[in-house]
Amino acid sequence: MADSATSLERLAAEAAGNVRAAADPHGADGERVTAVNSEKNRPLYASRVKVYPKLVGGTFRRLKWIVMALTLTIYYVTPWLRWDRGPSLPDQAVLLDFPARRFYFFFLEIWPQEFYYITGLLILASLGLFLVTSVAGRVWCGYTCPQTVWTDLFIHVERFLEGERSARIRLDRSPWGIAKLARKTAKHAVWILIALATGGAWVFYFADAPTLAADLMRFDAPAIAYISIAVFASTTYLLGGIAREQVCIYMCPWPRIQGAMFDEESLLVSYKDDRGEKRGPHKKGTSWEDRGDCIDCGQCVAVCPMGIDIRDGMQLECIQCALCIDACDAIMDRVERPRGLIAYDTLSNQQRRKAGEPQRLSILRPRTIVYMAAFALVATIMLVALVNRSTLEISALPDRNPLFVTLADGSIRNGYELKILNKEHRERIFRIDIEGLEGATLTRPALAGEEGSTVLVGIDTLRTVKFFVSLPADKLDRLRGGEGMLTFVATDLEDGTRAERTASFRGPAQ
Amino acid sequence: MTDSPKNEIDDVTGVETTGHEWDGIRELDNPMPKWWLYTFYACIVWSFAYWIVMPAWPYLTTEGWTYTKGVIGYDQREVVARELGAIAEGRADEMQKIATLALEDIAAEAALMEVALAAGKAAFGDNCAPCHGSGAQGSWGFPNLNDDVWLWGGTLEDIRTTLAHGIRWEADSDTRQNVMMAYGRDGILTRREVADVAEFVLALSGRDHDADAATRGAETFGEQCVTCHGADGEGNRELGAPNLTDAVWLYGGDRASIIESVSNGRSGVMPAWGERLDASTINALTLYVYSLGGGE
Repeated sequence: MADSATSLERLAAEAAGNVRAAADPHGADGERVTAVNSEKNRPLYASRVKVYPKLVGGTFRRLKWIVMALTLTIYYVTPWLRWDRGPSLPDQAVLLDFPARRFYFFFLEIWPQEFYYITGLLILASLGLFLVTSVAGRVWCGYTCPQTVWTDLFIHVERFLEGERSARIRLDRSPWGIAKLARKTAKHAVWILIALATGGAWVFYFADAPTLAADLMRFDAPAIAYISIAVFASTTYLLGGIAREQVCIYMCPWPRIQGAMFDEESLLVSYKDDRGEKRGPHKKGTSWEDRGDCIDCGQCVAVCPMGIDIRDGMQLECIQCALCIDACDAIMDRVERPRGLIAYDTLSNQQRRKAGEPQRLSILRPRTIVYMAAFALVATIMLVALVNRSTLEISALPDRNPLFVTLADGSIRNGYELKILNKEHRERIFRIDIEGLEGATLTRPALAGEEGSTVLVGIDTLRTVKFFVSLPADKLDRLRGGEGMLTFVATDLEDGTRAERTASFRGPAQ
Repeated sequence: MTDSPKNEIDDVTGVETTGHEWDGIRELDNPMPKWWLYTFYACIVWSFAYWIVMPAWPYLTTEGWTYTKGVIGYDQREVVARELGAIAEGRADEMQKIATLALEDIAAEAALMEVALAAGKAAFGDNCAPCHGSGAQGSWGFPNLNDDVWLWGGTLEDIRTTLAHGIRWEADSDTRQNVMMAYGRDGILTRREVADVAEFVLALSGRDHDADAATRGAETFGEQCVTCHGADGEGNRELGAPNLTDAVWLYGGDRASIIESVSNGRSGVMPAWGERLDASTINALTLYVYSLGGGE
């Protein structure tokens, strides 16, 4: 904190100059603080004014460091985790294997037709998001959203190379020279490196990470890998480095949706105007009577990555990152007033304080209970579905051209394409039987390579096999209107697991 | 469209208006968005470059219409030919094996068999489907290849011979040849005798028939038909004579159809494909037809 020595009086004096700031958004000396994205400072037809967030220390900043470290670690490390699935299967813990059409997630393995597990996961994620939002506002936006995490990271790079807020403002105002060029080049270079690493990590989720990494280094990887890296690197650079808060304000739908999840009991980052007003500069040693605790130092605005003033009340632009809480708490400590002028607060408690009633929190209320119940319900359904996930499926597709064949002895034969899915990580031998059509016999075409009705299906694969079912001429009366039904049964010879599939049998209409 | 030297300035935006007004709504004279304008310019530059690089403009010469070929000489026909060539080259090894190996050996090698069946299916669609149907289901006069009835034999070798040399295909000296005579039309049998034989044929496959007529027909059958169809009517593969006792009838098994067959004879023709298709395709077709379900 380069300007930690700045006296409170000076801060206050700067804030007083804010009135003039509309014409010159950041003030002539770069120390004045204006919420550039505050509604009153942002005319509809104006270009964006850059935001220069100041670094702040405190509880929430520490929390954000931890969340950043955690989320970035998860993102970069996950593809490198190994998970043994036995021979001939990938040993990457998390892998979206498009060529083989499998999604591996630790102990889980999803086939394309089981995509409903992902749907369920997305529903759970949405419900979780609704629940958290109704309890404590835009926690997702403020702490964990990739846009927030990467923007935060990019701002730290910028701060490291160009200095604190005021230094950055001065640098941007200064004419171009060697020093400025060097700093700017260094910043963009580091941003691009981070962006490349981000795009680079992304592709490892889609192929074996160590192999792909080696291929990428040798310029031997598939073109799509380089294209994906380029696309993700450029979007990371653009969204995290250049566009920043504009993504949240103009591009993201979530700020518009969130309004439906808040209510008067939601904990939101708020300025307690009942305590803060009437705001104004305060001289050390003078009385705190007949005035609010807000000394209008503008620090809440200076640290805001969105360029707004939390004291304007709840607003769409606020991502609720809580950095203004840290900034204000630090000032409150210095002026020896209680912390929490800006804090997680509810609208109800604001009303209660104004009415002189005791404050209280109601986390458990109909809205949150409904979200929790829905979450539990979906989670249970998912769990039951997962536990009962079958590892054997068969399907039977009758030939349509021709529908049936009359054989020399007058019997009728239908052809079927049987698909047998073995989702287990071992070879399995199945016996195929037919049930439900009296007198029908099961045969396999010549040259099938296998005899009789046993079928070997390899590890974790689907096998298509052709079968014929014949019905003797004297049993054709079993067909009604030229159609009968039969059931194919696949039985695992080893453990007796069964799967059935009913199919129609066609013959001439009698 | 600006007729006045200076159009009105909009209060809210400070932008000049075009002077157009509809129901009190005035149009701002904002410039084009820069990204849009530059994209547009880039497109113009691109189109000029395209005319030079790629085939573009038609023009008339004394020899007729032609077109500017472009500096890189791009030609879609060449691309297609090159791609097809690459595909053929890619499976040259397999096709070579399919052309030279014994049919049983191809069938024994699963990966090779897969290629052979795919090639056979494609060749069948191109060459055989017009008569035998896309599912090889056949139709009147064209055998169903899915069933277990084979006039000329259903082993791999038999099927290949039929494919290569055809049936009653006069240009091929090894073609399969036989004659079902026109007993009625040529006056060998009287109408009454033809009708009697038809009753006997109906009796052979166990259908409704006139027993007296069938008995009379049996005698005629014994004189005229046994040479090819055999004493018990079960046919003769060597001669391609159909089995008259089974349930499958190429030209229909009802009384009228049988009378028609006996009176006018039948002589369907299948071309000799050996002269049109190469050995690998013939072998692939053989395996495909065999795999349909009737192979012996």
